[in-house]
Amino acid sequence: MAAHSAVLSMSKIINPFWGGRLGNTVKVFGTTLTSHRNKTLLTPPPAKYGGRHTVTLIPGDGIGPELLNHVREVFRFSCVPVDFEVVNVNSALETDDDMNNAITAIRRNGIALKGNIETKHTMAPSVKSRNNLLRTSLDLYANVMHCQSLPGVQTRHKNIDIMIIRENTEGEYSSLEHESVSGVVESLKIITRNNSLRIADYAFKLAREKGRRRVTAVHKANIMKLGDGLFLQCCREVASGYPDITFDSMIVDNTTMQLVSKPHQFDVMVMPNLYGNVVSNVCAGLVGGPGLVPGANYGNAYAVFETATRNTGKSIAGKNIANPTAMLLASCMMLDHLKLYDHATMIRHAVLKTMNETRLHTADIGGQGTTSEVVQTIMRIIQSGGQLTTEL
Amino acid sequence: MTARSVRSLPGVLKSVFSNRLSRVYGAAACNQRHKSTYTPPPARYGGRHTVTLIPGDGIGPELAHHVRELFRFCCVPVDFEVVNVDSSMASEDDINNAIMAIRRNGVALKGNIETNHNLPPSYKSRNSLLRTTLDLYANVMHCQSLPGVRTRHKNIDIMIIRENTEGEYSSLEHENVPGVVECLKIITKTKSLRIADYAFRAARATGRRRVTAVHKANIMKLADGLFLECCKEVASGYPEISFDSMIVDNTTMQLVSRPQQFDVMVMPNLYGNVVSNVCAGLVGGPGLVPGANYGEDYAVFETGTRNTGKSIANHNTANPTAMLLASCLLLDHVKLHAYASMIRRAILSTITETRLHTADLGGQGSTSEVVQSIMNAVQSTGCLTTERIGLN
Repeated sequence: MAAHSAVLSMSKIINPFWGGRLGNTVKVFGTTLTSHRNKTLLTPPPAKYGGRHTVTLIPGDGIGPELLNHVREVFRFSCVPVDFEVVNVNSALETDDDMNNAITAIRRNGIALKGNIETKHTMAPSVKSRNNLLRTSLDLYANVMHCQSLPGVQTRHKNIDIMIIRENTEGEYSSLEHESVSGVVESLKIITRNNSLRIADYAFKLAREKGRRRVTAVHKANIMKLGDGLFLQCCREVASGYPDITFDSMIVDNTTMQLVSKPHQFDVMVMPNLYGNVVSNVCAGLVGGPGLVPGANYGNAYAVFETATRNTGKSIAGKNIANPTAMLLASCMMLDHLKLYDHATMIRHAVLKTMNETRLHTADIGGQGTTSEVVQTIMRIIQSGGQLTTEL
Repeated sequence: MTARSVRSLPGVLKSVFSNRLSRVYGAAACNQRHKSTYTPPPARYGGRHTVTLIPGDGIGPELAHHVRELFRFCCVPVDFEVVNVDSSMASEDDINNAIMAIRRNGVALKGNIETNHNLPPSYKSRNSLLRTTLDLYANVMHCQSLPGVRTRHKNIDIMIIRENTEGEYSSLEHENVPGVVECLKIITKTKSLRIADYAFRAARATGRRRVTAVHKANIMKLADGLFLECCKEVASGYPEISFDSMIVDNTTMQLVSRPQQFDVMVMPNLYGNVVSNVCAGLVGGPGLVPGANYGEDYAVFETGTRNTGKSIANHNTANPTAMLLASCLLLDHVKLHAYASMIRRAILSTITETRLHTADLGGQGSTSEVVQSIMNAVQSTGCLTTERIGLN
């Protein structure tokens, strides 16, 4: 970065005069410049050559490959200036090479769209979850899921609008386990001050940006006093800097019970990793199921988009019955991230119109449509919108 | 008792065989997993049982009072030994007295004791302390849709068996590096086998067909992997009961969309907390479901979701159903089945009257009205009550 190198070169000139003291200042400067929390905006990756962006695509397992094929189909049809660099990851292999290639590709492009990579229980415990590895290596610390009731989908609860921000790299997913005594396993849940402050900051900034009024921290601090106590404390600290947003906290068991009876009381929720997993799945269930909600994983330098509930969908793979909505909406979020707002709005509008007006539903929401029918309808709607498209 | 006779054998055989054999016998004799049936506590003097009563905080005292009122009215041969536990005191004397009383009587009925977040982390949760000291390893919650209570889901009948003493509730946390907290989640083979055994035995005893283990073994491979393995081991000994497993996030999503697919569920502590609260929310809320904590020698009954209900304390709006149904479970446990069924029938007939629903069920009835109605229902069945005797 330009500023960093300028300061460093300055230090080399000024140092002889001021001796050690300025050296310390430069170190202070150095830390300030690399402090991630002071970076205000995430700039899109400069992988825009000839006006076209390059995005890494990881098909994954189960329904991932077919859904991502549909995404490419729709993108090509709508003449979206995005090229996909496909990186396959074989979940059956024990080595990390495949995954390292994928991570390098994402570092190169800065953005990715992925399907879920299966984690086989039968393999040795040293084989870490590939998805988890990706999230921690790229430091994608915030998982954002926006659960909204779609008018065309029949659910037991109406008008839900909850934004869930989940810490994505630490907590119960540290994969640090050991068996010191045979028959006794200790699994470590790590909560750090830095990561908790970071995620709380992200949550409040996002809430302010979207004009949300209330942030709820979900925890279990009555039992895990140090761990979740630290998380809660960090949230409170950050909350004091945002007086326009009300902050409250709720224990995770009460939260899940409230979610199934009165979900409308929630606005933005921030929480550590495991509770985030459970709460986001409950909310996904409330708005209509895993086929409808897109999810995004944001870091300071990278962003990876996928379906929110991260299902492989092995049992419905290859049957043409998977719901493409979640993956297509995730690709729209990606387009928004790349600042291709027009294309994003166009595709989103078409997807929602298919969902709400034509009522062409797949099996998971109680209909009989196939994936390809849904995708064809979406493309027809895009064409009828008068935009530039390749022919059907 | 077989144990005693087995123990006398080694004395004879010791001269013939080596020491090893007697120790093996000794270990087998003391192995609590081979104890077949639990015998009720012999605290039955003059035909009356003594039960420890811990009022707790919030709505606990008023609900405990209603239980006593009802028991006295129905001439139930149970005397309560009340032990108060002050949650604000830092010393553990109060809870030790309570534990001593429960050891003496063998059975207890309790309200939830508040855990103040502001006290130092060395102050352990009193409820947790009670459960671990008395080794109440199985928390059983039977969630059933009640007639007369309107819910979004119908015909739910799920039995949740939750490991109650280890897992994430070990209260083992430390901060080796400032700003980094490690919480230990302990899973042991013996306890996992024990809870799985309990679950399958309970399923067999109640004629249930299917047990589902809830876990997160794709991430916590060693810990939840061990739990899952133990469940599979135990399942092989019960061929008439089908066993399957489900990851906790998928479980919660399925629970909010199709809860009727679940029969008996067994899981470690934290998932049990979340899943039981979700199920309680599905059947109508925290005021309706009773819970029981069973150990080898002791049993403690309380509301299923363990709420203190501080905000509605002393407003006469709390729902007494959960606590009263818990007291029926207590009566079943001390083998006073006739009284248990009588009170249970009266409670269910009151619940069907919507004008008597308390605030949490969307009505405007008060606690005392509900209890009065239950007492009227009991009297109308023609059973012996204090009014008939002329004591009222």
